[in-house]
Amino acid sequence: MPLEELLTGWQMGVLNFWFIVYENMIKKTTFAPHIFFKPKFRVMNNYELMVIFTPVLSDEEFKAAQKKYTDLVTGAGGEIVYSNPWGLKSLAYPVQKKTTGIYWVVEFIAPSTFNETLKIQLLRDEQVLRHMVTKLDKYAVGYNARKRSGVSYKNEKAEAE
Amino acid sequence: MAKANEIKYLTAIKTEKPKKKFCRFKKYGIKYIDYKDVEFLKKFLNEQGKMLPRRISGNSLKYQRKVSEAIKKARQMALLPYVTDLLK
Repeated sequence: MPLEELLTGWQMGVLNFWFIVYENMIKKTTFAPHIFFKPKFRVMNNYELMVIFTPVLSDEEFKAAQKKYTDLVTGAGGEIVYSNPWGLKSLAYPVQKKTTGIYWVVEFIAPSTFNETLKIQLLRDEQVLRHMVTKLDKYAVGYNARKRSGVSYKNEKAEAE
Repeated sequence: MAKANEIKYLTAIKTEKPKKKFCRFKKYGIKYIDYKDVEFLKKFLNEQGKMLPRRISGNSLKYQRKVSEAIKKARQMALLPYVTDLLK
């Protein structure tokens, strides 16, 4: 098992810190911040991406667009946890003069540096009305896993009541 | 001088205490508030789509902050309106 899988984010951060300190000691260089803050190990995080596509897309185009972004995630060394196309849905207010949009929600694990490249791709894409990437904490991951397995949030609350 | 048992009040004295509000997230152990769950978030909005204050919803500060973040995310993604009439 590689070291990266055994350690959590902050532990890896501490490890990075000492790794670079020792490296600098061996090299006997003076303190240089740009070397100091360069991560040695990639920190993987859970993210959730929600995209609103234009309503004019056909099924094939929608699937192609989904594939484009999932390939982008896997290409950057990430992993798709769950992909959930909501389909056509009416918007609460008009966005770019459109009253409906095609929603797509995807949960993925990716290195923290990946989001910038993803953002550039999404902003360049004319099919995308809006997008949002949310970082998921451990409770959010648990919640999503439970929701996927069928135990909804509301049921749980009803039991508590 | 009037005796204590002879004092009469014009309005009835409140005897029962008002029910204490509670934070539903603390009580039911809810740790994560999903911005995609619109029906749940609507409980914390008034008819104009404005957020209810803590004074009314009874949330603790920690969870009120999380609710507000979830609502703002939902508004950005056009799941909830910024301003409206007759939301419910």
